[in-house]
Amino acid sequence: MHLSESVTTGYFFLAPWLVFAPVIGLLINIIFGGRLSEKAIGTVASLASGASFVVSVLLAWSLAAGHGAAVTVPFLEWIHIGDLELDWAFRVDSLSTTMMLVVSGVGTLIHIYAIGYMHEDVRFKHDPGRFRRFFVFLNLFIAMMMILVSGDSYLMLFVGWEGVGLCSFLLIGFWYDMDTLGRPSWANSNAAKKAFVTNRVGDFGFLIAAFLMFWAFGSFQFDEVFEAAHAVAPGVIVAITLFMLIGVAGKSAQIPLYVWLPDAMAGPTPVSALIHAATMVTAGVYLITRSAELYTLVPQAQYTVAMTGAITALFAATIAVGQYDIKKVLAYSTISQLGFMVAAVGMGAFVAGMFHLVTHAFFKALLFLSAGSVILGLERGHHHAEHAHHEKKPIGKSGKSKAESGHDEHEVFDPGDMRNMGGLRKTMPVTFWLYMIGTLALAGIVPFAGFWSKDEILLDASRHYPAVYILLSIAAFFTAFYMGRQIWLVFFGEPRHEAAAHAEESKPIITVPLMVLAALSLLGGALNLPFEGFHQLGHWLEYTLHEVEAFPLNLQVAGVSTLVALFAIFLSWLIYGRNPLKAGQPDPLKKPLGFIFTGMENKWFVDEGYFAVIINPFKKLSYFLADVVDWRFWHDWFHETVIAGTYNWLSNIGLNLYADQKGIDAFANWLGTATQSLSATLRKVQTGFVRSYALSVLLGVVLILGYLIVK
Amino acid sequence: MIPVEYYIVLSAILFAIGVAGVLIRRNALIIFMSIELMLNAANLAVVAFSSVLKTFSGQVFVFFVIAVAAAEVAVGLALIVEIFKAKHSIDVDQMSSLKG
Amino acid sequence: MTLDLALFLILALVAVATALGMLFSKNAVYSALFLVLNFVTVAVFYLLLGAPFIAMAQITVYAGAIMVLFLFVIMLLGAERLPATNVLPWQRPLAITLTVILAMESTYLLLSRARPSGSVLPPGAEVNTVDNLRAMAMTLFNNYLLPFEVTSVLLLVAMVGVIVLVRREKGQKS
Repeated sequence: MHLSESVTTGYFFLAPWLVFAPVIGLLINIIFGGRLSEKAIGTVASLASGASFVVSVLLAWSLAAGHGAAVTVPFLEWIHIGDLELDWAFRVDSLSTTMMLVVSGVGTLIHIYAIGYMHEDVRFKHDPGRFRRFFVFLNLFIAMMMILVSGDSYLMLFVGWEGVGLCSFLLIGFWYDMDTLGRPSWANSNAAKKAFVTNRVGDFGFLIAAFLMFWAFGSFQFDEVFEAAHAVAPGVIVAITLFMLIGVAGKSAQIPLYVWLPDAMAGPTPVSALIHAATMVTAGVYLITRSAELYTLVPQAQYTVAMTGAITALFAATIAVGQYDIKKVLAYSTISQLGFMVAAVGMGAFVAGMFHLVTHAFFKALLFLSAGSVILGLERGHHHAEHAHHEKKPIGKSGKSKAESGHDEHEVFDPGDMRNMGGLRKTMPVTFWLYMIGTLALAGIVPFAGFWSKDEILLDASRHYPAVYILLSIAAFFTAFYMGRQIWLVFFGEPRHEAAAHAEESKPIITVPLMVLAALSLLGGALNLPFEGFHQLGHWLEYTLHEVEAFPLNLQVAGVSTLVALFAIFLSWLIYGRNPLKAGQPDPLKKPLGFIFTGMENKWFVDEGYFAVIINPFKKLSYFLADVVDWRFWHDWFHETVIAGTYNWLSNIGLNLYADQKGIDAFANWLGTATQSLSATLRKVQTGFVRSYALSVLLGVVLILGYLIVK
Repeated sequence: MIPVEYYIVLSAILFAIGVAGVLIRRNALIIFMSIELMLNAANLAVVAFSSVLKTFSGQVFVFFVIAVAAAEVAVGLALIVEIFKAKHSIDVDQMSSLKG
Repeated sequence: MTLDLALFLILALVAVATALGMLFSKNAVYSALFLVLNFVTVAVFYLLLGAPFIAMAQITVYAGAIMVLFLFVIMLLGAERLPATNVLPWQRPLAITLTVILAMESTYLLLSRARPSGSVLPPGAEVNTVDNLRAMAMTLFNNYLLPFEVTSVLLLVAMVGVIVLVRREKGQKS
């Protein structure tokens, strides 16, 4: 369609390095990592990711210089079978470069953060060898994500899609032999398996969509698919888009496949930030935006997508209110925010969705990484406090701390539990302020980035989909509420555990990337301000998406959402801030809300429901099939008795005795005996005497001459 | 004035004597000499034909045969000497270790 | 009977006699000497046939070089006589019978089928040795140059081969 001629101008030829820079980084670490120090390994990985970012910037710059015309950089002929032509080509347009910049930019910051974080984590878990493996996986993830966003066809996108799924699996189960607290357990690997299997369900949907696409359009290439889509019955498009939605639900953690994401917090915190908040989980949003031309053809599918997103947004936000783990809250918040994005792209507000994707990448990465900093701070405090214990052995104090924390002394201390925190504002001031910025951005307070992007989504919803608007507004209320709850619980009040009291601020290598992200969270809204002449991101994406609605600021919508957010924060102050939670005290919401809060605490029993409805019956069916049908019926009875028995009988009587022994064997033996006796006779001719050989030659000569004479 | 057929008959007789030498004698050296005799018989026939046809090609051919015979004798005698070193005999009937 | 024919018959008789002598001598040295005589006789035949160069080559190479080498080896090995054994009793009568048949067959074939027939050397023809040699050399070096060179290589290879065969390995006792 618009395969531009400008491949030769600009830096487009660099596109393959998006993928190969991190690949080179990971190869260096695989091959030489054993001899490198931790810092060197981290530096190599960060530089590799940074190189990818530089390439992204150059590509975006070249694209802007070329007035946004999409460029396809052919790279490799992959599969050519009959009509099927699959090539690995890099598609550089405004949409993909936006994703590239976010992935590599945030990715690089998280790489740097991870150098500091993993060092402490590694020391904590006594396994320095995994440091290298971690960065190899991180680089692999960047490479795969780049394949995903830069692919020129649905199939290349799928390659990246599966690749990031693999990296996600590897990194969730990174501490595969221990749980989040370092105790030996298979909890982490189970979480990884859950993520992988759940994603398989989604990938299945994506694959069906891809097959349908090839069946209907005969191609996977984006432009060819979009061009052909107009000529196809809408029913086919509906099927494609809805199956694609299953894939999106799997990858972007939407109802009903979101259950893996909270468990994915078992991975190291940088992974939670990079993969399970900022980049990979937004792949579904990217997929829908990329397929905008398909979705805009079928409003029914759009509506389904929008409702899925909105319901997920609200549902996950309510669960987040009842969580105690600092990362779990953020995980459900991520699901909720992904619901916002999916709802936005479902409504056709692709720019708003992408805008929220970008800002969310900034502030959610910030929040996760800050949460990691908090956890590290608490670990340090715990370490410190334990030392103090061992030195002094004050019995009374230890008993008191037991009562305070509500935990047994021998029980492992959970540094991620917000009930163990409190008052960290004083001990970790830098982290506190960074966390504040992230919270305000997420809650949608002017002028933080989250406000502008969320407001754009709400504005769009208020115009076209009132139901979605209401759902999202309630979700926004809950968002502000649970973030307020988190802030009060973590940073205000009195320390509820010795570890919190002794918590220490993190080192600059951890806080500096956070500051960059905080600045981005603060200023990220400037990408697409809702004022005339400020829709930069809108204009930028317009090159790819063609029709972009740009709304001016609607004071009514913006005002309502701000007020809702402020009210939610005020409410959280009333409940958690005014009277800080005491150690061992239950959540103050528990009493007034009763069973509702129990539901929130237990994630509305969705996991249990899945177990009861799907997994346990499935297991029972599997056992039945394996034991009764396969083993007893099929193997024991059918195979052993019927087939093997008949076969044995037949072969023994019919074939073995008569055909084989008396027929074939006899013949073969006779052949061997005959050959032996014949050769024994002939052997005597070989006397070894040269003269007799010569005599036989002469005999031959005489006979031949005789023949010549007679002839 | 001798017809060429006389030479042919003489050549055939000499050749047959050479063949008989190879077959009857056990002494490797004499067998070798008999082979030389056969070569000579053949040479004689070739030269006779060459003389009838008034061409020198036959003589050139005989010249080559003499040269090759010289090479053959050198190698053959060296082999006989080696065999004698190993078996202390040049009786060809003793060299029958390749029998079946 | 002309003089030519008489000469031929006498020489032929000598040639066959010496060949038989070579065949039946018990002593290998006698055999070799008989063979030398035979070669000389054949050389005379070559002269009669108008091939003086071949005749000289026959004498120098065969009688002079090859047979001397034979005598050397016979004496070196001390293998003039072999102990009498009779491993192959049927060999001798069978060989003689077959050889006689072969001689008759080949004579018959050569006489009945060989073309051209005719006389060697026309009556009264003079053999000019110098002209003969020159013509021979022209043929050799014009038409048969490559085989000539190849023959020289063959001789070289034979020489090297002989040296390798009889060379004693270092430290090998013999």
